[in-house]
Amino acid sequence: MRFLLDSGQRAFADALHAMLTAADTPAVIRSWSRGDHARGRALWSRIAEAGVFGLAVPEEYGGAGPHPVELAVAFVELGRHAVPGPLAETVGAAVLLGDPPLAERFLPALASGERPATVAAPGGYALDGDAVSLCLSPAPEGLYLSTVTPGPVRRSLDPARRLARSAPGGELLAREAPYDRALTWIRLATAAQALGVGLALLDRTVTHVRRRTQFGVPIGSFQAVKHRLADAKTALEFARPLLFGAATTLRPAEVAAAKLTACEAAYRTARTALHLHGAIGYTAEYDLSLWLTKARALRSAWGAPEECRDLVLTDGLQETDGQPEADAW
Amino acid sequence: MDLTHSPADEEFRGQARAWLDAHVPRTPLPSLETEEGFAAHRAWEAELAADRWSVVSWPERYGGRDAGLLRWLVFEEEYWAAGAPGRVGQNGIGLLAPTLFAYGTEEQRARVLPPMATGEVVWAQAWSEPEAGSDLAALGSRAVRTDGGWRLRGHKTWSSRAAFADRAFGLFRSDPETERPHQGLTYLMFDLRAPGVTVRPIGRLDGRPAFAELFLDDVFVPDEDVIGEPGQGWRIAMSTTADERGLTLRSPGRFLASAARLRHLWRAQGSPGHARDRVADALIAARAYQLFTYAAASRVLDGARLGPESSMNKVFWSELDLALHETALDLLGAEGERADGAWAEGYVFSLAGPIYAGTNEIQRDIVAERLLGLPKGRR
Repeated sequence: MRFLLDSGQRAFADALHAMLTAADTPAVIRSWSRGDHARGRALWSRIAEAGVFGLAVPEEYGGAGPHPVELAVAFVELGRHAVPGPLAETVGAAVLLGDPPLAERFLPALASGERPATVAAPGGYALDGDAVSLCLSPAPEGLYLSTVTPGPVRRSLDPARRLARSAPGGELLAREAPYDRALTWIRLATAAQALGVGLALLDRTVTHVRRRTQFGVPIGSFQAVKHRLADAKTALEFARPLLFGAATTLRPAEVAAAKLTACEAAYRTARTALHLHGAIGYTAEYDLSLWLTKARALRSAWGAPEECRDLVLTDGLQETDGQPEADAW
Repeated sequence: MDLTHSPADEEFRGQARAWLDAHVPRTPLPSLETEEGFAAHRAWEAELAADRWSVVSWPERYGGRDAGLLRWLVFEEEYWAAGAPGRVGQNGIGLLAPTLFAYGTEEQRARVLPPMATGEVVWAQAWSEPEAGSDLAALGSRAVRTDGGWRLRGHKTWSSRAAFADRAFGLFRSDPETERPHQGLTYLMFDLRAPGVTVRPIGRLDGRPAFAELFLDDVFVPDEDVIGEPGQGWRIAMSTTADERGLTLRSPGRFLASAARLRHLWRAQGSPGHARDRVADALIAARAYQLFTYAAASRVLDGARLGPESSMNKVFWSELDLALHETALDLLGAEGERADGAWAEGYVFSLAGPIYAGTNEIQRDIVAERLLGLPKGRR
């Protein structure tokens, strides 16, 4: 039992944070939102070079994985900087394509960042399908390599998320694919991303309320303001151990609990951030909007709250769970 | 990141489980907050202590097992999962003992801890006063120097367990002339049956005397019952309250067991949709609290000290406890209003959680000012 990140994992987070801070992600996000993917693809390559996608890819195919804890560490940083693109979906694709012979064919380019991928949620969207050449569609008869339907993509509440649809059919890659396992990894990555989004929103809002003066004092000295931020901090800090617990066990119910809790904490933080920034926070022009809108979108992606709660109620959360029922009061 | 317990810790878990299986009373004890129930709980403490299960984390020479923090958490998981009784010695074990380990003398530890471990001496806390609640440093009860000790004068209130307890500990103003209110306070232990002490029990919401007022009229306390240096009481007490809010007051095992029982109740009632989200959220929050605590324990084992982060902890568990019990009462339908129901006692107890050990508003101030760095302002 040692439930802490080690120094190597913390250094990995710091290095990513430094790299992404220097990358000026708000400008990248805004061009990605307009459908101009050049800067986003360049950033994608650097993220791949840092080894992020390789964490979901085994060594023999050009990765270093599987390393779910390090993956969670990395995705917290990607969320903190609101990096655009099908990040969690690429992780899911790595799992879907993880068995030979597909692995040899696809994984090296996926790990190297040469080929970003997306996964069409069954009945749902293929995130940023217009920006990638590898669009996977899990279907009852197997896993398809699809194309996206032509025409404009749908807009998400988060302008940086571009909602394409995969066209029916395509190349049938495999009759069976590990969809449940892929979903677990996508959810884990999404949970981590959401936690990072929430942490960034909290940081920006704390900075704002320390600077913004009304009635002659910083608004951050008012208890009504402090308590909302204290609640946001608490919600995020209790989501964090669920995230790393889920990364450690990879049990679907634990991952669902982490996804629900991290997204809930990030969304509550977004509401607080919007409110405490006042009208400026309600503008598209102000960079806060890039995180605010993502917090809402991630909540709906890959397991809305009810779906996550279902898994928790049916599967339970830990090995010993349910043991007290034998002699319940 | 490693969430597995060592084989030795799992063996310890097995021993605890076997002992609890054999000893936990089949029918719940009467309420801890009644004279009869207090006596029954005191006897249970003695039964625990006879096989050295009452204070597993303490050194062996005081009645413990030198079990360490992780095994204490394991023990607590087993303890509450087994449906074992509430701990009447909690105030002493969770608050006074850590203070004695940090600031007491060896003589004090040898004298005070063993009878605390057996329940022979049950401790009450004496912090609040009528005019000093959240603003605890405003307290005015005096400790006046006298030959060989101190004389206590004043009025303490909301003293948990004091209606039936034996001794109490708290802060007293030994120097009224200091610049700041936090200075000149002394941490003392005293006998609730000493001459000059009047205990007036107070009925909590359900009428049971869960706490009391203490009137102190020239109560003599010998020097040997001062903890740490006179005048240093605030610093000493704050380190105790960090423990109280942090790891030792409410272990995760308690909420894991309550959440599992809540899910059982929900299923027994036909899994009604109206409570579904709240049951799932209670299960998740209990797990989050367990993992948060394992992370905190890992940091402590690495040599870190728990600071203001324990304020988040207190807000979290007190709100979880309340939500859990409210959901249970809602699930019981019309039976939910019964005072003798299985969840009623816990519900009444949970209502006090956001108030005691520093109100949740005080905790949120601490989180905002000390963790987030926001400026101090009016409370």
